[in-house]
Amino acid sequence: MPEPFLELVDISKSYPGVVALDHVGLQVSPGEVVALIGENGAGKSTLMRVLGGVVEPSGGFIRVDGAARSSLTVADAIKAGIAFVHQELNLFDNLDVAGNVFIGREPVHGGPLRLIDRKRMYADVTPLLERLGCDFAADAPLADLSLAQRQLVEIMKALSLDARLVIMDEPTSSLTLTETDRLMRTVAGLKAHGVSIIFITHRLNEVMQCADRAVVLRDGRVVGALTRAELSPAAMIRLMIGRDLKSLYVPPAAPPGDSVLEIVDAVTDTYPGRAVSLSVRRGEILGLAGLVGSGRTELARAVFGIDPLRGGAIRLDGEPIRIASPRAAIEQGIYLVPEDRKGAGLLLDVSITENISLPDLASYMRFWLVDTARENENAVRQRERLNIRAPDVKTSVGSLSGGNQQKVVLAKWLSMRPKVLIVDEPTRGVDVGAKQEIYGMLRRLTDAGVAILMISSDMEEVIGVSDRLAVMHEGAISGFLDRNQFSEHNVLQLAVGHTIEAEGP
Amino acid sequence: MSKKDLSLLVLILVVGTVVALINPRFLFVGNLSNTANQIGLFGIFSIAEAFIIIIGGIELSVGSVIALLGVLFIDLIVNHDVNWVVALMMIVAAGLVIGLIHGTLVTRMRIQAFVVTLCGLLIYRGAARYYTEDATAGFGFGASFPMLEWLAAGRTNVLGFPLPHSVVALAVVAVIAWVVLHRSVFGRYLLAVGKNEEAARYSGIRTNRVIISAYVICGGLTAFSAILIAMYTRSISPAVHGSFYELYAIAAAVLGGCSLRGGEGSIIGVVLGTVLLQVLQNLVNLLGIPSSLNFAVMGTVILVGVLGDQYLVQRRQRAGVAKGREQASVAAAPLERVKVE
Repeated sequence: MPEPFLELVDISKSYPGVVALDHVGLQVSPGEVVALIGENGAGKSTLMRVLGGVVEPSGGFIRVDGAARSSLTVADAIKAGIAFVHQELNLFDNLDVAGNVFIGREPVHGGPLRLIDRKRMYADVTPLLERLGCDFAADAPLADLSLAQRQLVEIMKALSLDARLVIMDEPTSSLTLTETDRLMRTVAGLKAHGVSIIFITHRLNEVMQCADRAVVLRDGRVVGALTRAELSPAAMIRLMIGRDLKSLYVPPAAPPGDSVLEIVDAVTDTYPGRAVSLSVRRGEILGLAGLVGSGRTELARAVFGIDPLRGGAIRLDGEPIRIASPRAAIEQGIYLVPEDRKGAGLLLDVSITENISLPDLASYMRFWLVDTARENENAVRQRERLNIRAPDVKTSVGSLSGGNQQKVVLAKWLSMRPKVLIVDEPTRGVDVGAKQEIYGMLRRLTDAGVAILMISSDMEEVIGVSDRLAVMHEGAISGFLDRNQFSEHNVLQLAVGHTIEAEGP
Repeated sequence: MSKKDLSLLVLILVVGTVVALINPRFLFVGNLSNTANQIGLFGIFSIAEAFIIIIGGIELSVGSVIALLGVLFIDLIVNHDVNWVVALMMIVAAGLVIGLIHGTLVTRMRIQAFVVTLCGLLIYRGAARYYTEDATAGFGFGASFPMLEWLAAGRTNVLGFPLPHSVVALAVVAVIAWVVLHRSVFGRYLLAVGKNEEAARYSGIRTNRVIISAYVICGGLTAFSAILIAMYTRSISPAVHGSFYELYAIAAAVLGGCSLRGGEGSIIGVVLGTVLLQVLQNLVNLLGIPSSLNFAVMGTVILVGVLGDQYLVQRRQRAGVAKGREQASVAAAPLERVKVE
């Protein structure tokens, strides 16, 4: 392995009352892929912000090409060849690809007029497009690109800055399986060109796939480093949470009952020609797997009354029902935990209490007024039941971690009487510990007779949590799997529209 | 009373004291009573505007509605001999209908509130001028409605202070609005829709209905204030009557802590905002500042006020960050225990 060009030595960062980083050391050599893993709040983001020059460490030093200094500025970081591909991409929807790659550094001509030299800009972007094997043009409007393609634009931006180190912060959290695969190839390609990568992720199989080594952070400290040979999910998880993770799957207390929710030939706007039929039974978690864009979220939205159903029927306990609005769905006991937690699930700068009571305010009503005492009591109860970590229920949910925010969304519905709970990507952006708690909660609900439909793109999750699986492909169900047929291979086959050869016994 | 309301109250007291020191006439009973009357009249439609701003909308046609409905009201009772109680109900109904139309256009037709109400501003002003042929509408010689005039524009002596009835009307409206916004389920819905319409919809709130209701409330209150204002001025030149009133209303709402992004607002704040605006207006008159500078003075004070508020908020946040960190570490403590187990 060549000499490291970048070294973080004994980096500490403390804020009043918290130590975010505690004597952290990290080295990066040219052309190596370092996975940085740890629960949310372990200090990964702070460490990366130190590297990007956004946060000034309170102790330790940074050595770039042998020159040590106590902190970096943003300009230093760029000069040192450090580039970021953020989780939430920093791109402009209203510009084209080349415009985004060269934002702020546009080649100009025309002297004092400083007009943008569009020709040169496109010419400069083309080789980058080829290098990354992009299937879009330099003048494609960004708005037309998929999330994965946008990520490539970010990577091009990094490369055009002659980046030696690209930091990817949960790059695959919103990608489909095939897109993830392609990103893995891109990572390998960059590595082959001598570019180093720091890869932050919650998905351990990706670490297994692409990393040369893994550094595990916990509570602001490096708790372990694993070489390629030592890498295993169990080893990583043990370091991350300091205890062995039990096998994810917890079987239900009783065999599933009758069908609660039946979706018969449902047609949504996204796939007008395709119909979906499935049923969820009392006491079971039906996983709904498939690629992003296969129509799962659209199906959930239609069942919950957000979008109109273009055909087919929905039956609840055998009775046909009509759901024209979310309110109608809620009145029937069908609840949705939406994919977009911050946009659709929560009022961010409003208290935990008021978020929890929002869908059910009518039942806290006395003479049209809100009975705040009862509202508060319930919030306190839910906070304990779901172990929501917050100073108190008056805390605004915007200040909570992703996992605790998701628990607040769950608490909204658990205060009521769910018959059917649809959860869409229930643990996206949620740390390992909170994930376990959410899975436990889902199982307790099914044991209490709730039927759960769980949409998820996380393979570990669909396989580890579901009792049964439905897989969607381009707006239709491509197959159902029972637990004894569960395998990554089978799910993938169905997700890309193939059938499975040997059906299980 | 929130901190924001309190600081606004302090600002009002400071401005009032300064004016009183420079010109003691500020505290004369006659002057205070007149200023109070203005506050009563302007406060009601400012509260109306606040309902719209709280759901994340904007209502620009307030002034034009006041002109059009004022003209119609006077026409009904003076020229068409309609009983004033009936006329009052008709005008308020017209205001409700205007609100319903605006709300429907905003929700069902998905037109931006700014555009809908800007068109309203132009249409109602034009309609008022056309209807009166641009002539001043007013009470003809000898026409009088003693009961109505006493109710709407009269004053009652309370402990030696001639209390304008518009202030009583504002007090009643403000108390009801306060209960609705800050204590009722509907008020929660208004705030939730203003904060995040999508999340409100996902929580089963009929968001369109809430938005339309807000416009209807705004229309009804504006119509009510149109009648009070018409009875106070007694003559209406449709080209200028009520012009810029929507801006007074927006200014009062913003001063009072309503966020133009929606989801935030306090009725007490809006009332205090109206008080401050009227005290400033009075200040211009009393301090001998050329009345042409009227708007400039108000604009400057609002800008300074908002800047000062911003500064205080940032300082509080910085202090809060330190406190928040401590709380976060306390909250993290149970996490530790879970891990050890």
